[in-house]
Amino acid sequence: MVLKVFFPSCCSSAESGILIGRWIPEQSSAVILAVVHFPFIPVQVKQYLREVQQVTKVSVSVLGSWNNSKQEKEESLSEFLEDLGTIFSHEPWIQISKEGDSKFWNCSTLQKQPDNHREEEIILVYYDQRKVMLSHLHPPSDTADLGAEDASKLSAIFNTVASSKVLFMTDRYDDGPIKMTHWQSDGIEASIIVELMKQASVPACMLLTFLLSLVSGVCNSRVLKFWPLSFLWSKLSTCEQLGHRLQHLQVISSSKKAQNQTQLMRKANIFVSLLIDVALGILLMSWLYRKNQIGHLADTLIPVADHVAEELQDLLQWLMGAPAGLKMNRALDQVLGRFFLYHIHLWISYIHLMSPFIEMILWYVGLSACLGLTVALCILSDIIALLTFHIYCFYVYGARLYCLKIYGLSSLWRLFRGKKWNVLRQRVDSCSYDLDQLFIGTLLFTILLFLLPTTALYYLVFTLLCLLVVIVQGLIHLLVDLIDSLPLYSIILRFCRSYRLAAGVKFRVLEQQDGKPLRLLMQLHPCRHPSLVLPLSMGTGELKQESRKLVTQESMGTGEQKTGHSSVGKRKIQLLKKQCLCACFYCLCLFCD
Amino acid sequence: MEERRYRSASGAPLALRCRQHSASCRELAVRCPRLQLRSLSAVTSAVWLAAYGLFVLCQNSMVLSAAIFLTLIGLIIYLHFVKIDQESLLVIGSLGIQVTSSYASGKESTTFIEMSQVKDVVINEAIHMDPQDPQGVSEVVPLFQSSQPRLDCLIEVYKSCHEILDQRKAASQSDGVK
Repeated sequence: MVLKVFFPSCCSSAESGILIGRWIPEQSSAVILAVVHFPFIPVQVKQYLREVQQVTKVSVSVLGSWNNSKQEKEESLSEFLEDLGTIFSHEPWIQISKEGDSKFWNCSTLQKQPDNHREEEIILVYYDQRKVMLSHLHPPSDTADLGAEDASKLSAIFNTVASSKVLFMTDRYDDGPIKMTHWQSDGIEASIIVELMKQASVPACMLLTFLLSLVSGVCNSRVLKFWPLSFLWSKLSTCEQLGHRLQHLQVISSSKKAQNQTQLMRKANIFVSLLIDVALGILLMSWLYRKNQIGHLADTLIPVADHVAEELQDLLQWLMGAPAGLKMNRALDQVLGRFFLYHIHLWISYIHLMSPFIEMILWYVGLSACLGLTVALCILSDIIALLTFHIYCFYVYGARLYCLKIYGLSSLWRLFRGKKWNVLRQRVDSCSYDLDQLFIGTLLFTILLFLLPTTALYYLVFTLLCLLVVIVQGLIHLLVDLIDSLPLYSIILRFCRSYRLAAGVKFRVLEQQDGKPLRLLMQLHPCRHPSLVLPLSMGTGELKQESRKLVTQESMGTGEQKTGHSSVGKRKIQLLKKQCLCACFYCLCLFCD
Repeated sequence: MEERRYRSASGAPLALRCRQHSASCRELAVRCPRLQLRSLSAVTSAVWLAAYGLFVLCQNSMVLSAAIFLTLIGLIIYLHFVKIDQESLLVIGSLGIQVTSSYASGKESTTFIEMSQVKDVVINEAIHMDPQDPQGVSEVVPLFQSSQPRLDCLIEVYKSCHEILDQRKAASQSDGVK
């Protein structure tokens, strides 16, 4: 079988020595992790490797020799390196030698069992140790018990390099007995900021957990669970968003370390999203409190509410007349119109009562923008809902009236045809009615039928208005959900450190020379699909939940009656068709009689 | 390294380049015809003539600048996302198969499939997926989708690939015998 040697590109210019790494017999590949230089004592090297093996659970051993001769080929050194093969018994013993600055290296193997006379081909694959170590292409630990045939070969190699972290902790400034060359041998890569943050994160997390437990204790107390208050909290989207953010903070401040890659990315994404949110919120606050913007806002709020009320009054006057040329039932029209006009009058009086306090309320509410831009947007959406509460009330009245009418009409229509709804059997059965039952039923049916257009028109108009408000609220909530669930950390990582989110490898064939082993360069391939970036963030489950919440919010806004609407909706269309036909026929009968 | 001329399914001239890097590594590259200056000039002139006609109608010079902008953007998008220059197959015995498409703007998109996940390389006229396939074929990866070479070129590629894939089978069989 072809022998594959994975050689780190950082060791290309290392001094002569022996190669240590992992030999994977099933794939006939040798992953070289470091080069140990002379002078060394073989016993110490073996003991060190045993210690490393205990910590990392990776079977690290001496694989071969590396000869980097700057001058002419030194015969004695190569003899010495061959003899080392007898001290560190490894099968096969790999010998790599490089002459001067030549790109083409000699690679050969020494087999102990001479029965293997096959001329084995050797492939030399260069890899960037740092990037391979930091990428997360290897499978998580729970799939480690899969068979060797199932596991991906390359992921075994990536896993080897990533698990051998402790091997890369010694650099050349350490005074140990063993001198090695690997990617960190020129000095361990660390950042003061990262170290400081790691040190500060533990007490910060504990403080945050304590504060959060206090806040959640207050929130869950019995006082706030009484019926009117709990109903209010469930309706206000601000409370929902605050609860959501509280949950996020709990995830971040938990003292347990992240188990696997997805959890770590999720935490990082939540953290970045919170930071950006608070930064934008503080920016908004600084804009609001500068040049008395709050005062301007408060000053325009009352005229806007007045304007909306005036427009509604005009609309009702139009409905009370002959809207779009349709002829309405005058009495019902006047009753409904005056009822709604009175409502608007009440609403405007309440708004005017509140007007001196508006500025103060807005000033204190604006302070909560420091909790984040999402909270500010939710407050805006709630203010819109409160200001257009009368439109919502009208919609509810119109919908209930219409629903009652449809129920009545369907039931009386069944009576008109001599049938009855059997509740036990959930079907329509025939039934014999008395004459006076039929007479009154038909009379009521006629009345309801001819009052239908008026009610339907009011229902239609106010549903459309309510839909408009719900659409505006929905857009704001969409923006809030976007800020909540955008995986900014993953996106930044994809553009700045794309090897961390590597989705695959790429091989490039380097210059070849006859007689020398095949040289390949293994590069990490950044992931192109956004689907790989998104699940690493908030989890697709959360995104789906958010979108489902939005859809149900919008549909809830238009279909408040859960009991009536779904069942009525299906029967409504069939009923309407039947009703139209029968109404025409009945009118003809009435007029001809 | 040898280069042979073939034709694509639509009649355009293709060049197949077969390069043997070592005993178990072979690279097969199909080069598609380059972007012709003729067609580029024709499309650009047509777009600009249309824009000039619109300008004469509505006397708004924004139409002309919009046309230039659109032509540039369209050309960049075409070169970077649509026009494939070369499709190559790198077969490395015992490592895997790498499929590369290089676009006219220099962008390269590569996919590497490990040898353990490769069942076979076949020439197929129609693909019929059996949902209860006992051998568990999970994915069919079509090659040379954009250059679409004809059967004679595909047979050459097939033979070259199988020379290396059969080595793998022979090696695994001999290991099994041992």
